[in-house]
Amino acid sequence: MGDNTLVLGHRVSEWCGVAPVLEEDIALANTALDLIGQTTLWLNLAGEVEGKGRDADALAFRRDVWDFHNVLLVEQPNGDFGQTIMRQFLFDAWHRGYLTALTGSSHTQVAAIAEKSLKEVTYHLERTTDTVIGLGDGTEESHKRMQSALDRLYPYIGEMFFKDAVDEAMISEGIAPDPTSLRAAFDSLLDEVLAKATLTRPDGTFAHKGGKSGQRHSEHLGHILAQMQWLQRAYPDATW
Amino acid sequence: MVTDKPDEKTIWQWLDAVPDPEIPVISLIDLGIIRDVQWRDDTLEVTVTPTYSGCPATRIINLDIETALRSHGVEKIALKTQLSPAWTTDWLTERGRKRLEEYGIAPPQPAGGPSHCPLCKSDRVERISQFGSTPCKAQWRCQECLEPFDYFKCI
Repeated sequence: MGDNTLVLGHRVSEWCGVAPVLEEDIALANTALDLIGQTTLWLNLAGEVEGKGRDADALAFRRDVWDFHNVLLVEQPNGDFGQTIMRQFLFDAWHRGYLTALTGSSHTQVAAIAEKSLKEVTYHLERTTDTVIGLGDGTEESHKRMQSALDRLYPYIGEMFFKDAVDEAMISEGIAPDPTSLRAAFDSLLDEVLAKATLTRPDGTFAHKGGKSGQRHSEHLGHILAQMQWLQRAYPDATW
Repeated sequence: MVTDKPDEKTIWQWLDAVPDPEIPVISLIDLGIIRDVQWRDDTLEVTVTPTYSGCPATRIINLDIETALRSHGVEKIALKTQLSPAWTTDWLTERGRKRLEEYGIAPPQPAGGPSHCPLCKSDRVERISQFGSTPCKAQWRCQECLEPFDYFKCI
């Protein structure tokens, strides 16, 4: 959870100062801020559970690509504004479903972080839903761009609902939900929004995988980390 | 140096004099983020809940709480962060809502948008953006007086 919000938060923050209009610039920066705030909560908890004295900063700045467990969707490049919004919408839709389930976690800290994050993410989803519909059902140009964003990002949806051994262990402890159980609600939301946005859902069920497991990240993650981590790598424990 | 431990009511009053760093017309108490104040032996424990998980004001708020309590002579302070139940704008005080409106920020409404323009009071308002200058605000505009204004998001 923390790696997803960290990588996406960083990606979205890349828009700061260069978004198409001021209001969107502010909206994107605020979304990134929420995600980075959630990252702090998740990664501090992860460090605590790990018990090796690593805090959120250590986990964010001193791990390399293969130790990251974010889904591939969040490390995809921003592309144009439409692609950023489509990526955010797909992530928000999954994120809200997953966080909702986590509020019932047997782990009280997990449930508390989920409860806090859910409020912010519900708000994100509201905005991205509206924006996907507005741009999809907008001008010929915006429609074309949103359709191509969807076509490009569609193969990255599957990984968010893929179940691995870590999920199995968490399901059996009642800590986290079965990701596969969240797909139907996601699909019906997607269909509903795409219909309003006059966008066509691509065919095919192929899913790129390897981000969540850490085994096969896309080349983009290394570039993100290079930018995000260089200062802490060059000057360990630097403060100001 | 405080020889007797001030009672909790007094401490709530002290904290009520600490302004929100980003919207100084309301106090931390108005904002509803102070959840509990309790003495544990000689340590004063203050439970604070963040408004938004990434709000940069959180650190300043913690510092302001400490500074205020120290200025009243409290020496041992423990700040506890509480995430659950998550902060909601329902916890804003009535006085806080009034102060926001007087300051030009429309207070949160369950309907999801401001009921009227805080400046000219017209109910002809439209949304500019769901987000604003701080995580807790959105941008709206009045169609009557044409002024843009902040709306305190309802969460």
